[in-house]
Amino acid sequence: MKGREGGSGKREGGDQSGIPASPLPSSLFPLPAIRMEGIDKSFGAIRANRGASLEVLPGEIHALVGENGAGKSTLMRILGGLMKPDAGNVEVNGRDVTGWSTNEAIAAGIGIVHQHFMLVPTLSVAENLVLGCEPKTRGIVLDYKRAADDVRKLSNETGLVIAPERLISDLSVGEAQRVEILKVLFRGARILVLDEPTAVLSPPEVRELWTVLRRLRDNGATIVLITHRLDEVVELSDTITVMRAGQTVERIKTSNTTPAEIARLMVGREVSLSAGKRVQPSGRAGGPQSDKGLEVRNLSVTGSRGTRVIDGVSFSVKPGEILGIAGVEGNGQTELIEALAGLRSVFAGDILIDGIDITRRSVARRHDAGLSHIPEDRHRRGLILEYTVANNLILGVQKYFSSNGIIDRGRVMENAMREIASFDIRPPNPLLAARALSGGNQQKVVVAREMGRGFSVLLASQPTRGVDVGAIEFIHQQLLNARTQGKGILLVSAELNEVLALSDRIAVMYRGKFATVMAAADASEEVLGEYMIGTKKGSAA
Amino acid sequence: MSASSLAGGTRPTFSAPPWRERAEEALIPPLVALLVALICGDLLILSYGQSPAAVYRLLLEGTWGNAYGFGQVLYKATTLAFTGLAVSFGLRAGLFNIGAESQLAAGGFAAALAGLALPAGTPLIFALLLCMIAAGLAGGVVGSVPAYLKTRFGAHEVIVTIMLNFIVLALLNWFIAGHLHVPETLHTPEIHAGVLPRLADIDPRFHGSAANLALIVAALVAVVVWFYLFRARGGYELRAVGLQPPAAEYGGISVNRVWMRALTFSGVIAGMGGINYVLGYKHYYEDGFASGAGFLGIAVALVGRNHPFGVIIAAFFFATLSQGGLAIHAFVPKQMMDVLQGVVIIAVATAVPEVRRILRGARGRSDA
Amino acid sequence: MNPVSFVTQMIRIAIPYLFAASGGVVAERAGIVSLTLEGFMLSGAFAAVLGTNYSGSPWVGVLCGMLGGLIFSLIHAVATIRYRADQVVVGVAINLLAIGVTRFFLKLFFASSSNSPRVAGFGGNIKAAGFDNPLLWLGILVAPFVAFVIYKTPFGLRVRAAGEHPEAAESVGVSVTRVRYVAVAISGILAALGGVYLALDQHQFTDQMTAGRGFIAISAVIFGRWDPIRAAAACLLFAAAETLQIQLQGSHAIPSQFIEMIPYALTIIALAGVVGRAVPPAALGKVED
Repeated sequence: MKGREGGSGKREGGDQSGIPASPLPSSLFPLPAIRMEGIDKSFGAIRANRGASLEVLPGEIHALVGENGAGKSTLMRILGGLMKPDAGNVEVNGRDVTGWSTNEAIAAGIGIVHQHFMLVPTLSVAENLVLGCEPKTRGIVLDYKRAADDVRKLSNETGLVIAPERLISDLSVGEAQRVEILKVLFRGARILVLDEPTAVLSPPEVRELWTVLRRLRDNGATIVLITHRLDEVVELSDTITVMRAGQTVERIKTSNTTPAEIARLMVGREVSLSAGKRVQPSGRAGGPQSDKGLEVRNLSVTGSRGTRVIDGVSFSVKPGEILGIAGVEGNGQTELIEALAGLRSVFAGDILIDGIDITRRSVARRHDAGLSHIPEDRHRRGLILEYTVANNLILGVQKYFSSNGIIDRGRVMENAMREIASFDIRPPNPLLAARALSGGNQQKVVVAREMGRGFSVLLASQPTRGVDVGAIEFIHQQLLNARTQGKGILLVSAELNEVLALSDRIAVMYRGKFATVMAAADASEEVLGEYMIGTKKGSAA
Repeated sequence: MSASSLAGGTRPTFSAPPWRERAEEALIPPLVALLVALICGDLLILSYGQSPAAVYRLLLEGTWGNAYGFGQVLYKATTLAFTGLAVSFGLRAGLFNIGAESQLAAGGFAAALAGLALPAGTPLIFALLLCMIAAGLAGGVVGSVPAYLKTRFGAHEVIVTIMLNFIVLALLNWFIAGHLHVPETLHTPEIHAGVLPRLADIDPRFHGSAANLALIVAALVAVVVWFYLFRARGGYELRAVGLQPPAAEYGGISVNRVWMRALTFSGVIAGMGGINYVLGYKHYYEDGFASGAGFLGIAVALVGRNHPFGVIIAAFFFATLSQGGLAIHAFVPKQMMDVLQGVVIIAVATAVPEVRRILRGARGRSDA
Repeated sequence: MNPVSFVTQMIRIAIPYLFAASGGVVAERAGIVSLTLEGFMLSGAFAAVLGTNYSGSPWVGVLCGMLGGLIFSLIHAVATIRYRADQVVVGVAINLLAIGVTRFFLKLFFASSSNSPRVAGFGGNIKAAGFDNPLLWLGILVAPFVAFVIYKTPFGLRVRAAGEHPEAAESVGVSVTRVRYVAVAISGILAALGGVYLALDQHQFTDQMTAGRGFIAISAVIFGRWDPIRAAAACLLFAAAETLQIQLQGSHAIPSQFIEMIPYALTIIALAGVVGRAVPPAALGKVED
């Protein structure tokens, strides 16, 4: 349903609480606290929301689930006034508020608790809370005492205890989140939206948060919980809305469903791109030489807040095999690849390639040892957008294209023309700036480069993200070819189908550890899904 | 390999060839700035009750219209070329060298000392080479300080180079005022060796102007910088660091080492600029000869879009403004040129992000 | 050397620094690089002399000076905030522009390339050692005043948020753009007052009379770790060194050039973190959105 009523969404006059004068008693027809219908939102070529919808009743905890990229955050940003939908309607408590501003949303009682905290680290809890609505004495002086008192009062009322004078930078993650929640409550939020709140919390902090949310709900607040963690969906929510690829797939009462069904709805039945094309496992190249390939022993990596983002992981990737790592993003996959590639320092453990210890080696010397890396973020890491395609094709190996310190442009062009032809990179102009290419072609440049040099181990991280179907097939074929040639490939992907189609063995990463490692023949979406969302915990094989 | 061939479906996804896109993004801001400068100039000239057309004609006649004027333009452009190349070299690595003035002064000082130390009668090429090396080394030493502080301590080079400017200039002043000056002046004695011939010595029409063969050195340095940036492996790595440090790091390039090299060599280039005044013009080091050349070097780098050949053109532009101010002094105060300088810089600085935004928006370029 | 005369001279020398550094703190805390203090000071000095000359009253001169600084600061603000031009480049340009504009108008109004005619100033009683100049008292009070604004008012809270985490501020409805405009305007006015004091104290405007004081002010901001009171202390420190140098003029104990270097050397040391890290506001120099 296209079009918005009322134009720009600036509501004139009216009741700030958003409750319309309705002749019908609300107990007979409970007015949805939130009603979003037909929401479309695109960012350039990416369609984040395609006709998405959401209906949340007052006083319930409503889980909004889906994988990364399903469109949940975008939908909530539209609700919160951080962006306007391209099409569709938004109603809050029966009032059409499509396209409103953040200030209007805050005034109407919507409070968004962001995944990445919007807190000023050098300021105190109280200062962060009152920012934008500071209490004043005599009109100009900030009344710190009253701010602190107000914070303490709210703290006690909600059970979210935190001392107002503490600096944000001194707080633990769980405490900082408490402040974020207090911040929206401080502004009178009655509808709270929490975006992946437990992604950064430890198990005890998670349980604390659940208690807080239940208490808030009991006090009359409406809560929308964006998450992909099914254990908390099952524990907390009254109703679930499942999103996938920008659309709303299902709305269902929690009591009427099972975790397995939710997982199935989340992950979906998309066309398996490599269906039926599984190549028979070729013999491992080089026989049982135990030191060939990638070996990782007891790897631990600490993150920015001192937590272990990778916790004692051990595995190996033999020549001629693809080890796929499945898992919802944010469980340590990114950090694992970065540590292996040399872009992140290692806290403990060893990394070996073909028997050589590369744990302390620089990126360049890891390349020398036979490591290649398709990075998950081609715009930031994989390509220099202002450089030509030809120049991007030699990034990382430029020394092999130079003699006496001067780049041999003839060989660079030759290489470029060859790779453009083999990988069907379009437009086939080596002098184009990389930023002029489509996502799929950009990725082909990265793949061509990383697979074009001599390597024994390839790290492929989200290799087909944002890539069109034809290019996906092509890249998959490249990976399989490399495998046939006896290379070892570590594949990390949030696309379960991709992992299933390509891997010989599959590991699932959950909270920094391998929850399981199994042969691909034994794996399926259901089985893996349960490990991915933490409902099943095994021991890593 | 792939089943689909190049024969089918190679429709390009944009309309302009790559070089034209880059040219547009590079050239439009300076042209916009030129336009703004012209308008501003018109206003200032009119406020003096003069006719802009007449004044501009006089400006051109006094600069490019006669040999002496053109010689002065050449002389000033030479110094600006050196500092402009220095600043743009640093900027290509993503680093801001605001210290070109002190590097220039240090280089001139070193050249003067070398020229004094060498006995008179030293063969010219030999003496010139030694003096130039001295100048480059001195500039490089000064440039290596912010380089070291940045790579080792993460100290931001903008502030460090500004502070170092004052420190180095004060130091040089102390050397001169205390020990090395010719009485009643603030300059060193005349050098014995390493004198660069004036243009006037070759072509008498340039008689009286300060233009000298240092301009050939400047042109050579521009070519060398161009070659390094666009043909050498080191330049490939340097530009990568300047464009996208995370991608450079991913590609195995050592960002710290590139920064160290970039700022140090930026200092070397600026230092070599000292030969223009010291070896080619006055034949001594004089306190304050570098005044303003550092900041103007920033302007030159900016208007020249950080490209060696653009820098040369921009150097000529600013030199023309400067000399032109003198030429029109009877009608409009030369101070007008000082105003125009500032206006041009702000106009270009403002135009660059704006033009990029407009052009990329108009082409419907998504980053996907 | 008389300690009283040392202190009074030190304070007189420090006043321009105090004004400019206090202004610099406000703008930088809001996230805008303030290499422009030199240019603001110079324009304030000239505008003050212009105003005093034509009105006969130094107070009119003060107002004109503030206006001069305001105009330049708005140019800086529009270029960097609205057009997102590089703040360092624009900073350098503003300084050059100020030199050019003041020279141009010096010629236009006063027909001179080097100085304006003498104008009235404040105070003048030698025995008062400068303390009969109301601007001096203003200068002494400006740092505590800015400290009050930054730490005790809602506006100051928003400034600090804008400079550390602008997205957080935007997310609660604070207009970071507006905060930054106001902060830059304040820095323009305050820095200009430093120039006003300088010019009226010398009773005339001379070409480039600020002579790098704006950069010493920026050093004080950095050395004072972007805190108004610490920056003021740094100003006094630098002024003390300068006073020392003047009073020791004849004795050649330490060459004057080395005294000159002190503020700059100290700043570099602060940046290198040798004696504790000088960490700037996190969002300084970046204008996103």
